Amino acid sequence: MGELSVDHLLGIKYLTKKDIDLIFETADHFKEVINRSIKKVPTLRDITIANIFFENSTRTKLSFELAEKRLSADVVNFSAGQSSVKKGETLIDTVNNILSMKVDMVVMRHPNPGAGIFLSKHVDAAIVNAGDGAHEHPTQALLDSYSIREKLGDVGGKNVVIVGDILHSRVALSNIFALKLQGANVKVCGPKTLIPKHIQSLGVTVETNLVKALEWCDVANMLRVQNERMDISYFPSTREYTQQFGVTKDLLDKLSKEIVIMHPGPINRGVEITSDVADSGRSIILHQVENGVAIRMAVLYLLASKIKKV
Amino acid sequence: MGQRVLLSAKEINIILHRLACQLLENHLDFSNTVLIGIQPRGIYLANRLAKLLKETYKIRDIALGSLDITFYRDDFRRGDKILAANQTKIDFLVENKKVVFVDDVLYTGRSIRAALTAVQSFGRPLEIELLTLIDRRFSRHLPIQPNYRGRQVDAINNEKVKVMWEENDGEDVVYLVST
Repeated sequence: MGELSVDHLLGIKYLTKKDIDLIFETADHFKEVINRSIKKVPTLRDITIANIFFENSTRTKLSFELAEKRLSADVVNFSAGQSSVKKGETLIDTVNNILSMKVDMVVMRHPNPGAGIFLSKHVDAAIVNAGDGAHEHPTQALLDSYSIREKLGDVGGKNVVIVGDILHSRVALSNIFALKLQGANVKVCGPKTLIPKHIQSLGVTVETNLVKALEWCDVANMLRVQNERMDISYFPSTREYTQQFGVTKDLLDKLSKEIVIMHPGPINRGVEITSDVADSGRSIILHQVENGVAIRMAVLYLLASKIKKV
Repeated sequence: MGQRVLLSAKEINIILHRLACQLLENHLDFSNTVLIGIQPRGIYLANRLAKLLKETYKIRDIALGSLDITFYRDDFRRGDKILAANQTKIDFLVENKKVVFVDDVLYTGRSIRAALTAVQSFGRPLEIELLTLIDRRFSRHLPIQPNYRGRQVDAINNEKVKVMWEENDGEDVVYLVST
């Protein structure tokens, strides 16, 4: 077993297949750890991690914080809402001020694409991108692939369809990179207005008919319609979106095989999937959440191993 | 670089029988005892002892687990090598059990220190003992000594003890390698 080829986790785009395998292998061990009665290991006891969130998050923030605590790292939290960012402080100043308090790693979510990459070039700490605008959300894609691997044994060769708002979704882009890297076949499905032009250049195919897409796939990853990122109307109404691209139990029962349903959360129940699908045995949504902690522990552990020694 | 044989297959076999008997003497029917092999190399010895106790000494049930200590080591980020984890498999409770740690070589004692911390994640054992095939004398960094030892050796620090097992390395043999 080697080490990661990168010093920061900025996006799946910068990882190799070997990196992903290493993260998954390490996550296997952490998954065993978090299922013990005492779920904590002392590994990162001399590492301090700052969680800097310039954008709202419940799941990701909680998941990172739990992962950090289970590894015994010291954790400081920072949300842009109550900070000097409001007073006009720049990103680099904000982060350098935090780093001068001797922080080793930064987990950052930011509304601007490329914020993590920018930061990694200007500050001296390992950066983990927890979502940068509509660009990448690497840990989400890793935990999605990890959950597929857990459920189906392997990601390579599987047919995965990503349904919904592809245009505004960092989860979609990271997932496409991750799935392609592992040799899966990827289709995207959604209203034409929400599918970026030239997306085929990433090696994916486009399907606008949901039933055809579901019939083709082994796994359907249902994305949330991101109303907050939409400056104009991309489809006539939510009701029409649901009729065209919402997954219901009826729809799944009519398929010739059983498929796996995923969702990165938060779910708009009754919009992209109905409640009876979200809570059914086909859905691995809660496994994704559990695996998220193990994956983030693995990422933090592997990146921390590369921080020069004490 | 030279290597000489410390223990041959025949000697290892005799020692395994002796260690099994010593365990029996203290633990009788193993009803309240669990064997835990320390990853990565202690598991072979643990498997061998469990097999011997079952087949030759007719102990019906032996709880056997493996414990990985990677996340509990005290040299994280202090060496050039990235520490790679191994599987931990303890599918029984150690609460109030007599635990026997099994490892192939006892050297500085740091692995056992880590294992002592690690096993606490699985409950509070009644007592913990240590069994090791090779005990490298005079090289301890911590006050840790084995309860059962196969062979004590005096090796200088730049020598390495290599324990090979038939199921993994093709033959049962222990080498002393000098670099």
